[in-house]
Amino acid sequence: MPPIEACTLHNKSVEYQPLNQGFKMLKVKSFVAALGLSAIAATAMAAELTGAGATFPFPIYAKWAEAYKAKTGHSMNYQSIGSSGGIKQIKAKTVDFGATDAPLSADELDKEGLIQFPAIIGGVVAVVNVDGIKPGQLKFTGDLLADVFAGVISKWNDKRIADLNPGVALPDAAITVVHRADGSGTTAVFTDYLAKVNANWKSTVGAGAAVKWPAASSVGGKGNEGVAANVTRIKNSIGYVEYAYAKKNNMAHLNLRNQAGQFVEPDDETFAAASASTDWSKIPGMSIYLTNAPGAKSWPITGASFILMYKEPSNKANSAEVLKFFDFAFKEGKKMASDLEYVPMPDATTNFIRSSVWNKVNVK
Amino acid sequence: MNDADNLMTPHRQSVLRWQRWQDFFFEKTTMAFALSTLVALTGIIVSLFLSSWPVLTTFGFEFFYTIEWDIINSKFGGLIAIFGTVATASIAILIALPLSFGIAVFLTETCPMPLRRPLGTAIELLAAVPSIIYGMFGLFVFAPLFAEYVQPALAATLGQVPGVGILFTGAFNGIGILAAGLILAMMILPFIASVMRDVFEIVPPILKESAYGIGCTTWEVVTKIVLPYTKTGVVGGVMLGLGRALGETMAVTFVIGNAHKLSPSLFSPGNSIASTLANEFGEAEPGLHYASLFSLGLALFLITLVVLSLAKWMLIRAEAKKGMKS
Repeated sequence: MPPIEACTLHNKSVEYQPLNQGFKMLKVKSFVAALGLSAIAATAMAAELTGAGATFPFPIYAKWAEAYKAKTGHSMNYQSIGSSGGIKQIKAKTVDFGATDAPLSADELDKEGLIQFPAIIGGVVAVVNVDGIKPGQLKFTGDLLADVFAGVISKWNDKRIADLNPGVALPDAAITVVHRADGSGTTAVFTDYLAKVNANWKSTVGAGAAVKWPAASSVGGKGNEGVAANVTRIKNSIGYVEYAYAKKNNMAHLNLRNQAGQFVEPDDETFAAASASTDWSKIPGMSIYLTNAPGAKSWPITGASFILMYKEPSNKANSAEVLKFFDFAFKEGKKMASDLEYVPMPDATTNFIRSSVWNKVNVK
Repeated sequence: MNDADNLMTPHRQSVLRWQRWQDFFFEKTTMAFALSTLVALTGIIVSLFLSSWPVLTTFGFEFFYTIEWDIINSKFGGLIAIFGTVATASIAILIALPLSFGIAVFLTETCPMPLRRPLGTAIELLAAVPSIIYGMFGLFVFAPLFAEYVQPALAATLGQVPGVGILFTGAFNGIGILAAGLILAMMILPFIASVMRDVFEIVPPILKESAYGIGCTTWEVVTKIVLPYTKTGVVGGVMLGLGRALGETMAVTFVIGNAHKLSPSLFSPGNSIASTLANEFGEAEPGLHYASLFSLGLALFLITLVVLSLAKWMLIRAEAKKGMKS
């Protein structure tokens, strides 16, 4: 019996009190709402730019955004959801700009009414986990690299690897290929290079953000981090990551022979050399992979990361601000870029972008 | 008469009306809550079907038994992922079922009293570990050890047995179908074990004591008294574990190897439905690839449905048999 009494007592109190309390609550709530509104009104003066896409340039875009906010008060929110995601988002017009490592073709840009320009340059490196092999100790040609990733060469002590690396002790062990499991601009750049230097790769696998990896012993990792983690964990494996990840994780990268026949070490100098030979103004839509570039010092797997914007944006004020943001990045963001192992765009190119690409965006 | 009149004072009538309205309102609200699950379920099925329609019209039923997964040339078949899902879940159940049965029997029948509580709590805590932790543990701790010690040992022993040997060949890289199955077994073991322990505990002591009283061994008590009494609960626990194993995403993605390959060897990397979805949805272009991923989702849904229906059917059949006997 007592519990029931307690229950009815409780019910009564619930029945009579709420009215008063409800009014009090309402007052408090509207007060809070008013506060919130005024806070929003205060920040509405500063633009909130949004971008989405490639994961590879995310660190530098975030750094630039931080500096830009400190200087102008305008914030830029970049979501690194992957290159294909970036293309999807800008086509859906949910962001002010999209970012992709795999450039859209000039035809596609025209069809969609988009403009495209490169914002930053970086390199992809092949990394290995073989006992006793130090960073830069092994030398590979692009042709050989493609055959390893195709599974044509499946042992580390294969004659073709040994011939290029006399004096290096290579184990009699099966090679495990590590690749990206998700679609990725990094994969697009890497497979574009392999397809350029190996006819067999071109005809059987091809190039793209996600391909059918032919090697019998191959493992996929999610994102650059996933590939880096797999290569570090799996003995006798080979994979490919953005240079920053190889450096950060202290992984053993390969030196590659470039188009000029020189073996080069990946660093910002060789990435810059690869981009220097490109005359961007001659390329429709600036749509180019910088892979297998000519020049004695060029790193062969270099890539640019591109920005996509609408010629007739729906939010003109924000688009104008995006252009200002990249203008700031090109002018004052160079030091930040090289600190993070990226290569800033050369001045000649940024001048061309300002005069011949940005003017197509109607922000008035 | 007077008393009855007094009972129906306007005040009481209004209270009664209020209460009737309250009951009505309560019933309809709870019914709406219950119906919302039905709406959600229908919504999921319909949206899965609609989104995977392009695949069903392009490849037809072939999608579910072809192995091609070529994004560049837009050729899709789901067999690799479906096989990976079923294979890893089966390995997990094969390992987890006997182990958790042993754990539950030990905890309820033979475990010394002071140990019961700490051991039981440890099992429950294991069930509360988020799956991403199992994935990280699997990739960074388990896989290297597995590659270094377990895989060579398996290849040297079971790998030499004719017929079965082919399951244990290939490179020892620590990740693949078998590794994913083992991690899954570790994950679902506490689920099954704690459900089994709970249902074993509800067996009336008088039944067990009677059995012991006529001289049954512990094994006989467990198989003849406890298991028949708790059949529904045990099957339920196993299904709960199997359901989790089929749909587990993060832990599997970490250790399965994410390679679209079909190989007879359990050492080789593969892909499960959930890991394929996790890896590829972010980058899938609208079109056949996107629709193929939805079709895989549909396949996973159907597999789970079949498993659950099978379990239900088994139980019903067992009940019917019992009814006929008596």
